[in-house]
Amino acid sequence: MHIIKRNLLKLAATGLVLGVVGASQAFAQTKLDFYYPVQVGGPVTKVIDGYVAKFMAENPGIQVAPIYSGNYNDTTTKALTAAKAGTPPAIAVLLATDVFTLIDEDVVEPIDQFVKTDEDKAWLDGFMPAYLKSAQTEGHLWSVPFQRSTAVMYYNKQAFKDAGLDPENYPKTWDDMVAAGKAVTQKDASGNTTRWGIGIAGNVGSSQWMFGALAAQNGARLMNDEGTETYLTDPKVVEALQYWVDLSKKNGVHPQGIFEWGTAPADFLAGRVSMIWHTTGNLTNIRKNATFDFGVAPFPGHPNPASTLGGGNFYIFKDTSDEQKQAAFKLAKFLTSDEILADWAVQTGYVAPRDGAWKTQTLTDYTAEEPNALVALKQIPNAVPEFSTHENARTTKILNDALAAALTGNKTPEKALADAQTEIDKILKQYR
Amino acid sequence: MTSVSTPKAGIITTLGAWLLAFIWISPLLFAFWAAFHPATGASSFDLFAPLTLENFSQVLAAAPFPRYFLNTFLLVSLILACQLVVCTLAAYAFVCFPFRGSGILFMLVLIQLMIMPEILLVENYRTLANLGLRDTILGMGLPYLASAFGIFLFRQTFKSIPKELEEAARLEGANAFQILMRVFVPLAKPTYIAFGLVTVSYHWNNFLWPLVVTNSVETRPTTVGLQVFATVEQGVDWARVTAATLLSVAPLLVAFILFQRQFVQSFMRAGIR
Amino acid sequence: MNKSRNFLYGSLLLLPAAVLLWTFTYQPVLATIYNSFFTTPKGRRPSVFIGADHYTRMIEDPVFWQALTNNILYAAVTIPASMGLALAMALFVNSRMSGQGLVRMAYFTPTVLPMVAVANIWLFFYAPSYGPVDQLLGLIGLGHNNLLGTPSTALWSLIVITIWKEAGFFMIFYLAALQQISPTLIEAARLEGASPWQIFRRVTAPLIMPTTLFVLVNALIGAFRLVDHVIALTKGGPDNSTTLLLFYIYETGFQYWDTSYAAALTVFLLAVLALIALFQFGYLDRKVHYR
Repeated sequence: MHIIKRNLLKLAATGLVLGVVGASQAFAQTKLDFYYPVQVGGPVTKVIDGYVAKFMAENPGIQVAPIYSGNYNDTTTKALTAAKAGTPPAIAVLLATDVFTLIDEDVVEPIDQFVKTDEDKAWLDGFMPAYLKSAQTEGHLWSVPFQRSTAVMYYNKQAFKDAGLDPENYPKTWDDMVAAGKAVTQKDASGNTTRWGIGIAGNVGSSQWMFGALAAQNGARLMNDEGTETYLTDPKVVEALQYWVDLSKKNGVHPQGIFEWGTAPADFLAGRVSMIWHTTGNLTNIRKNATFDFGVAPFPGHPNPASTLGGGNFYIFKDTSDEQKQAAFKLAKFLTSDEILADWAVQTGYVAPRDGAWKTQTLTDYTAEEPNALVALKQIPNAVPEFSTHENARTTKILNDALAAALTGNKTPEKALADAQTEIDKILKQYR
Repeated sequence: MTSVSTPKAGIITTLGAWLLAFIWISPLLFAFWAAFHPATGASSFDLFAPLTLENFSQVLAAAPFPRYFLNTFLLVSLILACQLVVCTLAAYAFVCFPFRGSGILFMLVLIQLMIMPEILLVENYRTLANLGLRDTILGMGLPYLASAFGIFLFRQTFKSIPKELEEAARLEGANAFQILMRVFVPLAKPTYIAFGLVTVSYHWNNFLWPLVVTNSVETRPTTVGLQVFATVEQGVDWARVTAATLLSVAPLLVAFILFQRQFVQSFMRAGIR
Repeated sequence: MNKSRNFLYGSLLLLPAAVLLWTFTYQPVLATIYNSFFTTPKGRRPSVFIGADHYTRMIEDPVFWQALTNNILYAAVTIPASMGLALAMALFVNSRMSGQGLVRMAYFTPTVLPMVAVANIWLFFYAPSYGPVDQLLGLIGLGHNNLLGTPSTALWSLIVITIWKEAGFFMIFYLAALQQISPTLIEAARLEGASPWQIFRRVTAPLIMPTTLFVLVNALIGAFRLVDHVIALTKGGPDNSTTLLLFYIYETGFQYWDTSYAAALTVFLLAVLALIALFQFGYLDRKVHYR
């Protein structure tokens, strides 16, 4: 036991010495912990490391430690846990929808307070308003967009052709989508469906995203900008859910039960589902693996062809030194420059949230080669922010549960949404 | 290891055993199949698709797996070594030096057996931050260094060792430490090996706690590294996920295949019951 | 003299374990109980004492009750099924047959595979239509299921994964116990004309009883601890049909950031587990003295 103690002490001592050496080397340097999630395939950590190395070469006084922290959920968990323990990261990429949670925990600084020079203002004005919207509340801008996405419709042109539809004429309204779905749905001799018309992911974590689009298409919105009210009992919202449920129940063009986000691309690529609503980030994957001709289309409308925005923003944390905060702001500006965002978009499939980025050589070359990527850009003015309120994780889960209850037939859409509204009201009451 | 008098299995038993074995191994077989084939949709299951190593090279390019292995190896070694020592000492105390209240202490240890460190994540993280041990391999291992399971197991084994052996050693003039090292530890070797297997496979696969405490490539174990490929924003890419899975389980799997006879025999002799 | 020597040696030997267990188990448990009587501190709202409010809220929380019933069903199925299969596996592997080593390896392999990784493989196995499980069900005319996406089958799908993961682990313990049974006992029983079933009933089963208790405790712990696959596959959905207690705690504590309510839920789970532990080990400890 003594041996262990001694070794433990030794270990601790070595750690201390290393720490001191490290600190003395970094003398007069500002150190930043930068947490980021990886949500897409590919050597993303290498790409980020590359950007950071470039940033440090340009800013010798700043030392950034990029820390890959799992998926969005893990990263939020890590950042909040660290902040509560008094050791927050200086900067982190977290979900845009986390904004109220982070404000309520009082762990983030509004990012607009760092915007001082004209150059800063020009930088801020370069972001697309649709993407900034979800970060604006209480009169401040709390984060800036970085790895943003939006959902589009992928459709199987071959299936459309087989069913006698014009493959270039994608469905533009809800009714069109049902009609096209009916046309392409195929059954085998025993009456089991072998090819479905449409798949919209209804699993926990995805359904609120898809439903946000459906509601917006029907001219409704799910919540207010302050994140204190939800409008789930709005007849237009109920109608949107009824439409989703009826895709399967009444029209038989959508698989029964919950359609999984994770397996949706595989379903599409296997020809099992002819239209899927999925992230633009999937374009590369689908282009590489599709054995048939496919198309990318904006969402249909009823009548408003709205989509929904997702993805992560930069947040700057409290409880760090002023030098660190300034350095973090510098890093955020660097990583959201047109060139980096353009490169990031090409490398990962995210949607660059700045008009300037789309005008760079990198992205114009890319869209020339892959015009499908432009569908996302065209759709952005029609897109709404993802569902987001105070206590967001909990309200989102309640909405997820309500959607699942309706989609699996446990409750009617009306009842499911009314129950969810009651639950959410209980939670949000204290924020009004 | 099969004794002469164990009955020869009938054909039906053998077939049943084989069928069950096939079902049990099939996820791994699928993983092998998918990892060595191009990613063109695992859903189009074609046995004769061309073989490729590309998935592995992609995985290795995307993450420093050799470093993750080293971290896992260091973590597991640290935990195993400390657990063996700490639990041996405690078990020895419970068996050979009972005092007023040690029964209650043992009950407390047993309660810990049911309390998973996972539950106490928030509090333990706070403790580690206070100790300044976040993002260190030592910190990752610390909450697990005393294992109630180990104490319980070793105590059972020590209790089964005949008192006469201990007495004989004492008559020869051995002190308490010598008795432990010369009598108890050698006789408990099978238990140590059995416990070692359990603890190694547990910590090799542990995920939640390492995820929360580690921040950097220098400390992150393989399971956390593996999470890169399991992300589903773009849907699951089974080819790469399975390749990464195989990479991360390979060392343990190979070790088990090589040493399984010894493992099972030590379990046999450990008398875990 | 012996008494004080025992105390000195005993307490010194116990010290490292006691310090570690105190720091990382008992102290956090006490902190958890304490915190369960306060509101969760948010940056803008400091923590306030609310007495047993979290516990009354728990009683009124439908998700808590669903998690509890799910967990009871989960435990009630996974424990006997994985133990029964483990015993069958051990009996298989303990009899002489061709390919014995391979079969044993196949049974044990799931134990060494990380759940995080395995979950994705199972996602493929459970995929509607093209997934192997649905294809097999299709052969007997029950195909075209959305196993993970239907509330009535989702929990069962996770139960199967758990059984698959745990049975091989328990098999090792049974195998060890079986191999310790003296062959002459079996031989004697056979000479007296006992059938294989009678031999199992009268000779084998009583002799492996202590192992069964030991495995039972491990299985119980597993039934309350294993939530990696819930996190990776369903996140408790659809409509909370796969929410287990520890998952609900994780969700409340680390996604809703309501750490105090999570603490109250934890206290409930701790109480259940402590009761099981005391009961089982009081019993098991007495049982083992027979040797």
